[in-house]
Amino acid sequence: MAKGTKLTQSNRAGWAFAIPGFGLMVMFIILPFVFAIALSFTNQRLISPNPTQFVGLANYQQLLGVGMITLESERDDIGAIVFDDDGEAQFPRLRGYTRNNPDYPRIDGMREWFSWGNDESRTYVLARDVVFMKAIVNTVLFVIVVAPVQAGLALCLALLINQRLRGINVYRAIYFMPVVVSIVVVSLLWRFIYDGNDGLLNNLLSGLTFGAFEGRDWLGNPATALPSIMAMSIWQAVGFHMVIWLSGLQTISPTLYEAADIEGASKWQSFRYVTWPGLRNTAVLILIVITMQAFALFAQIDVMTNGGPLDSTQTIVFQAVERGYGKQDISGGSAISVILFVIVLTISLIQRYLTREKN
Amino acid sequence: MATVKLKNVRKSFGSVDVIKGVDIDIEDGEFVVFVGPSGCGKSTLLRMIAGLEDITSGTLEIDGVVVNDKQPKDRGIAMVFQSYAIFPHMTVRENVAFGLTINKTPKAELDAKVAEAARVLQMEHLLDRRPSQLSGGQRQRVAIGRAIVRDPKVFLFDEPLSNLDAALRMDMRMEIGRLHQTLSASMIYVTHDQVEAMTLADKIVVLKDGLVMQIGSPMELYHNPANLFVAGFLGAPSMNFIPVDVTDKSGDLATVRNVSLEPISVAHKDRDIAVGGKAILGVRPQYLRPVPPAEGMLHGKVVLTERLGSETVVDVTLADQTRIIAAISEDRVMQPGEEIGLVFDAAQAHLFANEPLPESAPH
Repeated sequence: MAKGTKLTQSNRAGWAFAIPGFGLMVMFIILPFVFAIALSFTNQRLISPNPTQFVGLANYQQLLGVGMITLESERDDIGAIVFDDDGEAQFPRLRGYTRNNPDYPRIDGMREWFSWGNDESRTYVLARDVVFMKAIVNTVLFVIVVAPVQAGLALCLALLINQRLRGINVYRAIYFMPVVVSIVVVSLLWRFIYDGNDGLLNNLLSGLTFGAFEGRDWLGNPATALPSIMAMSIWQAVGFHMVIWLSGLQTISPTLYEAADIEGASKWQSFRYVTWPGLRNTAVLILIVITMQAFALFAQIDVMTNGGPLDSTQTIVFQAVERGYGKQDISGGSAISVILFVIVLTISLIQRYLTREKN
Repeated sequence: MATVKLKNVRKSFGSVDVIKGVDIDIEDGEFVVFVGPSGCGKSTLLRMIAGLEDITSGTLEIDGVVVNDKQPKDRGIAMVFQSYAIFPHMTVRENVAFGLTINKTPKAELDAKVAEAARVLQMEHLLDRRPSQLSGGQRQRVAIGRAIVRDPKVFLFDEPLSNLDAALRMDMRMEIGRLHQTLSASMIYVTHDQVEAMTLADKIVVLKDGLVMQIGSPMELYHNPANLFVAGFLGAPSMNFIPVDVTDKSGDLATVRNVSLEPISVAHKDRDIAVGGKAILGVRPQYLRPVPPAEGMLHGKVVLTERLGSETVVDVTLADQTRIIAAISEDRVMQPGEEIGLVFDAAQAHLFANEPLPESAPH
């Protein structure tokens, strides 16, 4: 840097101008971030008479601790497998190993997450915090489904409305409308749609099938609760990503399409060779944005299911809030936030690497 | 290689008529230039031939077949755009081979065609580069290469040199001329630059407001313009127009004069000119010679001189306040305000019927 440039000369004035903005950023972004990391290594609680102590990685061990144990089925005196009245093989009780069993200190206090096996032996995967494990799985599932479907659907819509037709703006507005409505309001409305007794969706499906469809409680059933929330989330934000795709589409020069036309490209080939390569940067942006938004899934859960039924809609952020405020365990909530941060950062880096500009 | 025939071709966008009935015959292997001021419809006409715009009425024949309703790819044309329209994410090789790739042309044939096009355009060393690594001229070369590999019946060029700087434009102009000789294909070339039109064309089509003003060889148009517009459009500096009174008419000749012009007889070419009426006399600046005031056929005062070394451009105000320009092919010093006489050869002057003068020729 050359000495005496305008920037260094007006150093004081420069700082004076920068400090209000910079100060706010430090206070509301950097400090909370640092706090979250720091608190996650303590046993801080929201209101507690005990002094805060440094506990190292205990919070993380509590959240992420997993173990595995394989048990042999119980046999009678002649070595035959013991079956119960339902014909199921009998296994020793898991609690015998995870509760105060000095032979298995590693899995002490853990609970069954899931298991597999046959009549002779069964392998149990144990987790110290089964609910959090389910939250991670649900969140990842949500991202895996929502990111490609939402991005793809948004692209289709963008392609459809990127035409010069009379009244096309009406469609743009309609598709964009759910985006400007608060997610809480949308969630409340969709609770009525998904309602098990007299919900709109049940009525619609039963009407379409002339009564053959039997209503179900979409949000009350562990099998349909998460997919229902996925569908509603995709619908809600698809308009936003459509607009981003649209802006990408409009940067592609129309002459490129004309050139492709003259060269004999079909509609699909035009898309494949002109549109898609032209949308590269937009695609990277959209993928990263959707992934991050999907990982932060919270409001829908909070309004619609509260994590239920049977923890089938638990998510990472919901757990963070639940723990930090519901259970007043600030340090636990902080640890979850940090874990989420690491996951999102890792995925973003991987996405950036995979979609990097080659040569 | 093919002929192109436009018969009473029209184009309207809603209620706006852009092309108002155009008839053009293009012979096999001919280099035709559409020229005209912006908004004259020349690009629209080219895009109609390409199939990028619908033809509202009239017929377009390529190689004897009416192609009005055919897709661009089925017309046997290739087009080079002003903005090059090369695909930014493909290498030069992929760009040039694009049409062949889409047609699923066998690899060996594809490679041979690309290599041949690259050889013709002298861009073998560029084949593996990406468009972002190319200069404007090189990009245009790639666009032309993409046209060549299609083996089209007709090449269409839409202002291909407009985005290039002056020096490069001249190089590429010569290159395109050379290409026409090499390929001896029919080419249609749109430009607003009369130098490109004059140097490249076998045949120039001058367009204005969606109508053909004149069709002919460059020299025919230059020496024998059919109307005021063509006269004013071609040539730099553009032709001088002097309003005159017609005093006599006999045979091919009409005698005209005005306060600053001695009576002179000029061929009237059966134009709508009547004795006692008004007419417009056109003389190119290059054909005016300065003489002492008393000997001049035209009388006026020097307003401004521009000395270019090889030539001196003199801005003269005639006695009737008409401003004309004389391009004198020698270095002369003249003072502003100086009286000047100008002479010219009546055979090199043109007489036009009285009509509003073209607003401004694009120079």
